Amino acid sequence: MLKHKRTRVLLAGTAGLALVLGACGGADDLGGGGGGGSDTGTGATGGETDCSAFEEYGTFDGETVTIFSSIREVEADQLQDTFEAFTECTGITVEHNGSGEFEQQVVVQAEGGNAPDLAIFPQPGLLQRMVADGHLVPASEAVEANADEGWSEDWKAYGTVDGEFYAAPLMSSVKSFVWYSPSAFEENGYEVPETWDELMTLTEQISTDHGSETVKPWCQGIESGGATGWPATDWIEDLVLRSAGAEAYDQWVTGELAFNSPEIAEAVDMAGAILKNDDYTNGGIGDSRSIATTSFNDGGLPILEGNCFMHRQASFYEAQWPEGTDVSPDGDVFAFYLPGVTADEAPLLVAGEFVGAFNDEEATQAVQAFMSSGEWANTRVEIGGVVSANRAVDPEAASSDVLRLAIELLQDENAVARFDGSDLMPSEVGAGSFWTGMVEWINGSDTQGVLDTIEQSWP
Amino acid sequence: MDFFLYSKVGQMLLAVIALLAVVAVLLGGARLADRYAGRSRTFWVGAAFAGPAFLLLGVGLVYPAIRTTVMSFMDRRSEEFVGLANYQWVFSDPASLQAFINTFWWVILVPLVSTAVGLVYAILVDGSRFEKVAKSLLFMPMAISFVGAGIIWKFVYEYRGAAQEQIGLLNAVIVGLGFEPVRFLQDSPLNTFFLIVVMIWIQAGFAMVLLSAAIKAIPGDIVEAARLDGVNPWQMFSRITLPSVRPTLVVVLTTIIIATLKIFDIPRTMTGARFDTQVLANSMYDQSFTFGNNGIGSALAVMIFVLVIPVVVFNVRQMIRNREVRGA
Repeated sequence: MLKHKRTRVLLAGTAGLALVLGACGGADDLGGGGGGGSDTGTGATGGETDCSAFEEYGTFDGETVTIFSSIREVEADQLQDTFEAFTECTGITVEHNGSGEFEQQVVVQAEGGNAPDLAIFPQPGLLQRMVADGHLVPASEAVEANADEGWSEDWKAYGTVDGEFYAAPLMSSVKSFVWYSPSAFEENGYEVPETWDELMTLTEQISTDHGSETVKPWCQGIESGGATGWPATDWIEDLVLRSAGAEAYDQWVTGELAFNSPEIAEAVDMAGAILKNDDYTNGGIGDSRSIATTSFNDGGLPILEGNCFMHRQASFYEAQWPEGTDVSPDGDVFAFYLPGVTADEAPLLVAGEFVGAFNDEEATQAVQAFMSSGEWANTRVEIGGVVSANRAVDPEAASSDVLRLAIELLQDENAVARFDGSDLMPSEVGAGSFWTGMVEWINGSDTQGVLDTIEQSWP
Repeated sequence: MDFFLYSKVGQMLLAVIALLAVVAVLLGGARLADRYAGRSRTFWVGAAFAGPAFLLLGVGLVYPAIRTTVMSFMDRRSEEFVGLANYQWVFSDPASLQAFINTFWWVILVPLVSTAVGLVYAILVDGSRFEKVAKSLLFMPMAISFVGAGIIWKFVYEYRGAAQEQIGLLNAVIVGLGFEPVRFLQDSPLNTFFLIVVMIWIQAGFAMVLLSAAIKAIPGDIVEAARLDGVNPWQMFSRITLPSVRPTLVVVLTTIIIATLKIFDIPRTMTGARFDTQVLANSMYDQSFTFGNNGIGSALAVMIFVLVIPVVVFNVRQMIRNREVRGA
């Protein structure tokens, strides 16, 4: 009897531990995240697929390539869908896993010897750090050829570290957008401004016409969990690009131009004229300080209730409007380009993602090459919700008017496009003191004091 | 082989097989050790049983602790020694000092208040008709994760301007009573204390359950003797209940102190550690993983480790003393 009992306890313990071990698959065990719809070779897609486009990637026997990224939920499913035909033709199963803590977890996984095959980096700065730590391998020739063909030199440069090309851009977004309500603008006879001065005049006009305790010209939210503050850094970057110019911007993000220099302070104060003025913001939510505790997802929603007229946020904010909102040039909401100082200048703040590889196995390289191709960019844009600066993308394929506008801006040869500066700066600043500094600034601290603190934290 | 490596069921089976193999080897080893005669037998049997535990402790605890300590004296990429530079930063940077001050308040307030609340509550409901319901109510928050609790309380503390409709519970009440809405999470230094309330809300149930069990374990004859001697309720509490539950009280306090020293989730979800609510563990995570500065991250980890040691030592000594009292 006693012996019997001991065996049973042992078995129970064994089963328990097995469960624990089974759950510890780490990066190789990516089925959980954003699977959805990856069952290839069955159902609707089982019919005729033209595999000629995929011949260059070769065929494999049941290989699996894992991708780790910050992409979740609907967008993760959409990403997975882009691999349907690819998987069927090449035999490579692509397993994607998205995490809200990607920036930290990818470091943890790589340092723990548990890295995925590919990772999608939203920050060139993080990519550089992973290269410097010896985790990433250079891109194959096929990837580089695709990047040369589809992307401008600026874009390619963001995936290049010390002259070696590592990661091709994947998707892009336009950050220099102001969301507004075309119907409300029409009702009041407001015009979309074309210069910075016009924008400020319009702001004053709205404040005079409608300003009250609840209604303000602007609304904004910068709360975003551990990343609280980033939407405010976008404001500053947009204004540095406008007031100081692209050259000064480049020097600023590399640290040559000090953070507390007069050029940057001027740009911050330009943003402050809107963000720190209680008469101009924060419509439908509270005063200027309430920007710091308003979630960035909710920041623009007061436009729908007529409590706010303008909201500066990237093209991807389209996903935040509730279902049934008419997003079009004469609908409930639409976006206009955040104007430059003069109507001739067209500085554009952009962001994007880059695909880096942790090993040089053939299957990994094939997936990386596919993701860098114009073919992939078109497939992804057609599925909807995103844009790409890849030259091969047809603006007409975009899933909405806003995204079409974004693609046109991205492909505009005259536009001076610059990448989101906080993603390029060292992460102590770009994901640290710049974020916290901007939160303090919104919360009441003075411009120069905040800029001095950020400058001091530069490694 | 593919079945074992690439399918869930296969991986699980493999784990079971591997574990059985390990157990078999260990038991075989113990049997072998048992055959030795004389003094070396004690050694070999001890080694066979304690060895694996020591090995795992070495790999999982001692080695990382030593490596972290070494890394705390090295630069951000752990390549060159920089002496005490990281500790100098930890003790001089204003944001880092703020983290120390906040952690201090967390560690003082959470264990004391939640234990006090738990103890008083346990005594009040003891033997009452609603005891079970009342205890479940206080215990329920224990079942909620820190992140979940953080999100719930974030909604409770939500702030809107005075002219707006309040969507946060507390501010709705405050405005309903005719006062100005309060920025619970934004106004330093009080915001840290509003975060601490959340942790107390979670931990009070834990303290209550353990203390309630301890109170029930007080021998009935002691209580009866005290009653016959005519104690008043305060004397009953301070002379009988408190001394009787003292060992449990110490365990509860130290457990909560250790949990609070590592607090990370609540500030991260509720304020993102902005508005001067930074704490040591969150600062450590940011430095190591967000900023890639292994040196400062490790130095902060060592600081938390050093701060936790006295508590653990006290806890262990207390346990040994209790055993002596019981004569075990």
